[in-house]
Amino acid sequence: MQNVDIAIVGGGGAGLTAALYAARARRSTVVFEHKVTGGQIATTDVVENFPGFPNGVNGFDLAQLLVQQAEKFGAQLVYEGATALRREPDGTFTLEAAGDTYRARAVIVTAGADYNRLGIPGETEFTGRGVSWCATCDAAFFKDQEVAVVGGGDAALDEGLFLTRYASKVHLIHRRDTLRASRILQERARANPRFTFTWNTVVDRIIGTDQVERLVLRNLETGATSELPVSALFIFIGQTPNSGLLRGLADLDAGGHAIVDLSMRTSVPGLFAAGDLRTNAARQLIAACGDGATAAIAAEHWLG
Amino acid sequence: MADVREVSDATFDSDVIKGELPTLVDFWAPWCGPCRMVAPVVAELSEEYAGKVNFVKMNTDENPAVPTKYGIRSIPSLLVFKPGEDRPVETIVGFRPKSDIKKRIDAALG
Repeated sequence: MQNVDIAIVGGGGAGLTAALYAARARRSTVVFEHKVTGGQIATTDVVENFPGFPNGVNGFDLAQLLVQQAEKFGAQLVYEGATALRREPDGTFTLEAAGDTYRARAVIVTAGADYNRLGIPGETEFTGRGVSWCATCDAAFFKDQEVAVVGGGDAALDEGLFLTRYASKVHLIHRRDTLRASRILQERARANPRFTFTWNTVVDRIIGTDQVERLVLRNLETGATSELPVSALFIFIGQTPNSGLLRGLADLDAGGHAIVDLSMRTSVPGLFAAGDLRTNAARQLIAACGDGATAAIAAEHWLG
Repeated sequence: MADVREVSDATFDSDVIKGELPTLVDFWAPWCGPCRMVAPVVAELSEEYAGKVNFVKMNTDENPAVPTKYGIRSIPSLLVFKPGEDRPVETIVGFRPKSDIKKRIDAALG
């Protein structure tokens, strides 16, 4: 059993910033992260909209800097997932991670959101064999090959544009005929000769032997099905908040996001939520970092 | 911390398949962020499993043949081989926590 002042669940922008603030306020602070520190930016090639970096910054590098900064002030990073969170009768919290128990006086949950899956045949079988949720990780394996991206938001276009550096053609498959993505990304995609759009279409199944070989597509307007030969499918169809630890403990909105006030306080005293996990999040790195700072300051006040 | 040894297309057979111990191969590339995070975990595991499991890494940019043979399309990918066997007994794709990797190595090598 380890006792800490503040436990932070999730080492993305929100969690690492909260850790930096909490540790710098001389509170004993532990951060749990079972994936790559930095969260979603860790696999972003260039973060262009974080203030202070006019030339952009590599997401992984920025995440490493956030880790260093939090550790410099004494935050402890644990590279394991927190699997249980309980509130004790005395108002403190107990967390379990990889067989160890931690008791914390305040908890900030910054577990973010994970990319959704399509839930179609072939998706699980071909994960790591052409089905991917990370273009910056896997694009280089598809040099001079045709690939597909499904989705219509910023992530789909951003990752699709990165893929054009390697792939001979990127097919963007979207179930509507308009994109949600920001204008600047839309302009870049439309201007890129390697980018093509397939509108009003969904992917029904992924076919291949050892690797992805083709997709079965269905046009939602005509109902017509067709096959598209590609070596890979990159999936960016929205996210689901990782609020499992909060379920049954704090109030969540209909989408499973934690309901918080302007100080990132949840319905439970001493329990805070920040970043993409919280209701009404802007889902931007700078906003997540801001949330993290706000939550840490509120936790600091709570500890008194 | 011990450095995990690099293997290549040329040495893969003698270092991995014909090795005396089971071997975990960490497929990585310099441009891959998650690979940079999994590397220290693999280095720690190589010490914990010293004498029981061999740990090596392969740069997929410099070695096209072996990654192609095993259909590596995502990195980091950790493949576990038993001595004398050409097919991996376990494949772990993407960054995973150390406890997870240990569980899967132990289960695969039972």
